[in-house]
Amino acid sequence: MISFSDIATQIDSWLNAQFDPTIALLIEGVIIGVAAIGLFAGLGLVLVIMERKVSAWMQIRLGPNRVGPKGLLQSLADTVKLLVKEGLTPSGSDKFLFNLAPFIAMIAAMLLLAPIGFARNLYIWDLNIGVLYVAAISSISVISVLMAGWSSNNKYSLLGAMRSGAQIVSYELSAGLSILTIVVLTGSLRVSDIIMAQENGWWIFKGHIPVIIAFIIFLIAATAETNRAPFDLAEAESELTAGFHTEYSGMKFALFFLAEYINVFIVCAMGATLFLGGWMPFHIGGWTGFNTIMDYIPSSIWFFGKTFFLIFVMMWFRWTFPRLRIDQLLNLEWKYLLPIGMVNILLVTLIAIMGWHF
Amino acid sequence: MFLKEYIRNIAGGLKSLVTGMRMTGYYFTHHKEIITQQYPDNRDTLELPERFKGEVVMPHNEHNEHRCTGCTACELACPNGTIKVITKFDVTPEGKKKKAIDKLVYHLELCTMCNLCVEACPSDAIKMAQTFEHSVFDRNQLTKVLNNPGSKIMEGVE
Repeated sequence: MISFSDIATQIDSWLNAQFDPTIALLIEGVIIGVAAIGLFAGLGLVLVIMERKVSAWMQIRLGPNRVGPKGLLQSLADTVKLLVKEGLTPSGSDKFLFNLAPFIAMIAAMLLLAPIGFARNLYIWDLNIGVLYVAAISSISVISVLMAGWSSNNKYSLLGAMRSGAQIVSYELSAGLSILTIVVLTGSLRVSDIIMAQENGWWIFKGHIPVIIAFIIFLIAATAETNRAPFDLAEAESELTAGFHTEYSGMKFALFFLAEYINVFIVCAMGATLFLGGWMPFHIGGWTGFNTIMDYIPSSIWFFGKTFFLIFVMMWFRWTFPRLRIDQLLNLEWKYLLPIGMVNILLVTLIAIMGWHF
Repeated sequence: MFLKEYIRNIAGGLKSLVTGMRMTGYYFTHHKEIITQQYPDNRDTLELPERFKGEVVMPHNEHNEHRCTGCTACELACPNGTIKVITKFDVTPEGKKKKAIDKLVYHLELCTMCNLCVEACPSDAIKMAQTFEHSVFDRNQLTKVLNNPGSKIMEGVE
């Protein structure tokens, strides 16, 4: 079977045979950059139409149904519309920061792509602190939100940005603690090690109830970190028009929009990697025959299947729950998620030390 | 004691969240009933709710008679001067003068469909119609005279 890693190895050896190693590395970097941008564009299109369809079905509507078969080309048409729109810069704004903010949002989303394992042996950069890297870089995205809110010189934008700051700073803690449970069980921060540790069963099945609790906390914190409903206080269209991106239009708005969906994809990919085994097929320890059958399904399909399942769950949250108030939001984090997460990590540590997990 | 309350809070919260998710999950998996209407496609079979407010009309019966007495209650009730009642005096067979409407002018372009005129009318002469495709190329066409030419008041309406 042809796998992505074979193709990557062949391209690598061919480039190294043709060119000097430095130039080969540069060319590979360009290829990866183009592939990442292509993935972003594709994901943006797919996730927007998926969101609109899922929301429509949950609200007993039809959703977009005019452009293309069953309305599936709607997001493409919207992209063309956004491309030809004028990108206004308000005259009272801080122009440099205003124009920089959407790019920071995109860059933060792009950097997060590096340690994710898309398929067996297909990593952009399998660095030894992958999980820590994701936790660290994901907090950069708040800078773009604050920058956009501040430079717009608009009260709504500033309020949205400040809320977003408070929210992300709080929820990063419980997201970190729930990630830490898996790190404790695996004993490694490297993403490939975490995935290989799930060869005989995914952590959500192997780790008993504490890992399930950690998974739920991770889902909640991830929803909050990506500023999606019910935690979309930074945008809060009923209170703040559009929050931090009120003043943005055209492609600059589209970059924020795209960055939101890319962030959703990445946190869901991280959740799938940590708790559901990433690209690892559904294995049950000891059942060799069953495991070989499962291996016939390509690993990239497993990865994208799990990720899109988690994305669907997040959309399900979004179209079911009403938005929280800012005090409820902070109560939920500091009074519930964080204490539970702390007790939970103690339990997981006990399980890991005693070797009670499978 | 505190811990018991705390855990009960969490359990209650989770239970209510799951209830909500089951509801939307049911709608997602049972995609048959659609509450929205596919408007331009179903123009012929379009069903509007009874209380839909499209524009103000004055119903006439088969003898070209309406119920308007020309009391101008609708004109007074209108918040933005959409309705103008132009009255005249009819002479009854007994030789008495009686107030009646000459024209009831209705400016659709000003109307906010607030329904206050219909509620103010003491003789139910006007009502809200269910038409809503009001686009025209000339805005003069939006100024309408509600009573038909040559119409008169119904017998027995005071």
